[in-house]
Amino acid sequence: MRNGEQKQNKFASPLAMLIYVVLALVVLALFSTSHLIRLIMPYAIAYTIPMLMTALGGLYSERSGVTNLGLEGLMLVGYFACALTIRLTEQTLLTAALPLGLLMGVLAGALFSLLHAFASINLKADQVISGTAINMLASALTVYLARTIAGSGNVRIMLGIVRQDVPLLSSIPGLGTLFFTQSYWSTWVALAVWGASWFLLYKTSFGLRLRACGEHPSAVASAGVNVYRMRYFGVTMSGALAGLGGSIILITYSGEFNGTVAGLGFLSIAALIFGQWKPLGILGATFFFGTATTIANVSQVIPQFGVIPPVIFKVFPYVVTLLALVAFSKRSAAPKAAGEPF
Amino acid sequence: MRVKSNAFLIAVSAVILGLIAGGILMLAIGSNPFEGFFYLFRGGLMNMERVGNTIATAITLMLVGLSVAFAFKTGLFNIGAAGQMLVGGLCATLVAHYVFLPRPFYLLVIILCAFAGGALWGVIPGLLKARFNVHEVVATIMMNWIAYWSVYYFVPAYLKGPSLETESKSIAIEQTLRSPWLTKIFGGGYINLGIFFAIAAVFIIKYVLDKTTLGFELKAVGSNRFCAEYAGIRVNRNVIISMMIAGGLAGLAGMTFYTGYSRNIQIGVMPSMGFDGIAVALLGASNPIGVLLSALFFGMLQSGKGFMNAMTDVPPEIADTIIATIIYFTATSVLFSRFWDSLGKRKKKRLDAKREASAKEAGNA
Repeated sequence: MRNGEQKQNKFASPLAMLIYVVLALVVLALFSTSHLIRLIMPYAIAYTIPMLMTALGGLYSERSGVTNLGLEGLMLVGYFACALTIRLTEQTLLTAALPLGLLMGVLAGALFSLLHAFASINLKADQVISGTAINMLASALTVYLARTIAGSGNVRIMLGIVRQDVPLLSSIPGLGTLFFTQSYWSTWVALAVWGASWFLLYKTSFGLRLRACGEHPSAVASAGVNVYRMRYFGVTMSGALAGLGGSIILITYSGEFNGTVAGLGFLSIAALIFGQWKPLGILGATFFFGTATTIANVSQVIPQFGVIPPVIFKVFPYVVTLLALVAFSKRSAAPKAAGEPF
Repeated sequence: MRVKSNAFLIAVSAVILGLIAGGILMLAIGSNPFEGFFYLFRGGLMNMERVGNTIATAITLMLVGLSVAFAFKTGLFNIGAAGQMLVGGLCATLVAHYVFLPRPFYLLVIILCAFAGGALWGVIPGLLKARFNVHEVVATIMMNWIAYWSVYYFVPAYLKGPSLETESKSIAIEQTLRSPWLTKIFGGGYINLGIFFAIAAVFIIKYVLDKTTLGFELKAVGSNRFCAEYAGIRVNRNVIISMMIAGGLAGLAGMTFYTGYSRNIQIGVMPSMGFDGIAVALLGASNPIGVLLSALFFGMLQSGKGFMNAMTDVPPEIADTIIATIIYFTATSVLFSRFWDSLGKRKKKRLDAKREASAKEAGNA
């Protein structure tokens, strides 16, 4: 118990984080000379960010003590709401429709997650089943609405975020070309949300209370904190962030709502576990999945990867997740009370 | 077992609320819900062929529902039925293409192969759960995607059809599970021998759960694994067995779907029945007979939705929405049991109050 706490403190301390980040950047800078890395990196980041947001949402929910298996569905709801908003407003608002779409995606995700919150907090339902119901409901309802409102199960939008170089930073040799050229502005928004979430969860008393709700809710309750309210906040945040993740898929690389997020929500849950329920861990895990997905997608066109059968790349993230779960099983850092009604 | 007597009431309440939710959704898009439901049920039951299709859909749902229900009994949530269906279905398709035997032996071989394929896909998460305490939900979801991509590349490479890249070549009709006399009775459609396998499976699973030591041990692990361990039951072994059998049942579901209902495997499609089966198991309260009934109900919704879509403006996804709503209401079944209990209690309270009042009156007098 104490051992775990120390480890957590060490891991979360700003100095250690800084060292990790600098180390990672140095390694990447060394690699940045490679043409291949430069080719893959923008796509890897594009695939990472939606998962990062969704997994971060899962972090809020699980840390507050509610298992949220409905992230896939919540992503889909955000994806749909964003597509619909942009489709209806892009003619009049032009590029201002994009942030509006993101906002609506976030709101829709948050609203939809209230279903899960109500079931699992007030009614003490089985959270795994409730989450599954959310997934099924989302995939049926969004296509149903798309067919009636937009006339077809697919909602295509004309607009998308234009990739831009970040001024000044993009001229840094090595790193600049890797991270700051041809980037979506949504990526920076997402990273800001990630940083703010880390601060909120680990550096404020509110965050401490929220995390305590996931470990030992009755102790928090006896200290005068309203556990229900904390858990509602956690679940709503998970819906909002999953909605954001879904919206980002749309306005960056997809451009069309097609009724599925292809398991990215589930992969985000895996990333949450893989990342051991910690913000930095999640960042690493989702980036790993993003890179693996990108490699799988481009393996056909890059001769270096052509010799390996594509199926290997496609199943790679899932197999690695299973192996990682096995490796972490001995010292799982899962919130102790996650999944248990209070 | 108060819960058990309530299960039927809860299921019916959930179904009614799900249908009401569906009706509201139809209203919301300006359609007449009565007309919508009329065509939905008519589409599932209009004539013998449609009844046959309803049953054919229900066969697969029944087997997946049994798979999920069986795992539930051991306290495991098998969300990987879709992947197990794919692998079982792939094994069955391979048998259908390459094994030629007299009919009874052929059926035996195809059943065994499909069961083995599904069981393999189920036993891996079971092993991971028992040995390393990896949560079976995440493990089975990963196995789903591994199956999805494996089939995605396996089918075009080894079972490629003549025209389409996205599906395997069709199985000869004699090698499928369809049977001439069944087809004749129902006047065509997708009806196949799977119905007998599914019903047999329902009763075998019921027997195993209710009458055998294995079933008792599995249920004991499901209700309290620590207690079961204390009583000398080998928990890990039971977890593995449970996931293996659950996977095998889903594999059989894949067989009935890919070599009975349809005649080829499509790639790039996760069979949605693998998830609808969760609804079947939940609505059936994990009871084999309950699974049978709820599979028939969902089968009717699924096979009637196309007809409804053709006759009205309601999109076919209404059926899936109703199913999902029903699961949500089953998950929150506490609401209904509280409601039914409070009805009972209120009556009792009223009686108590009356008795008390009369007693007081008697005292005053």
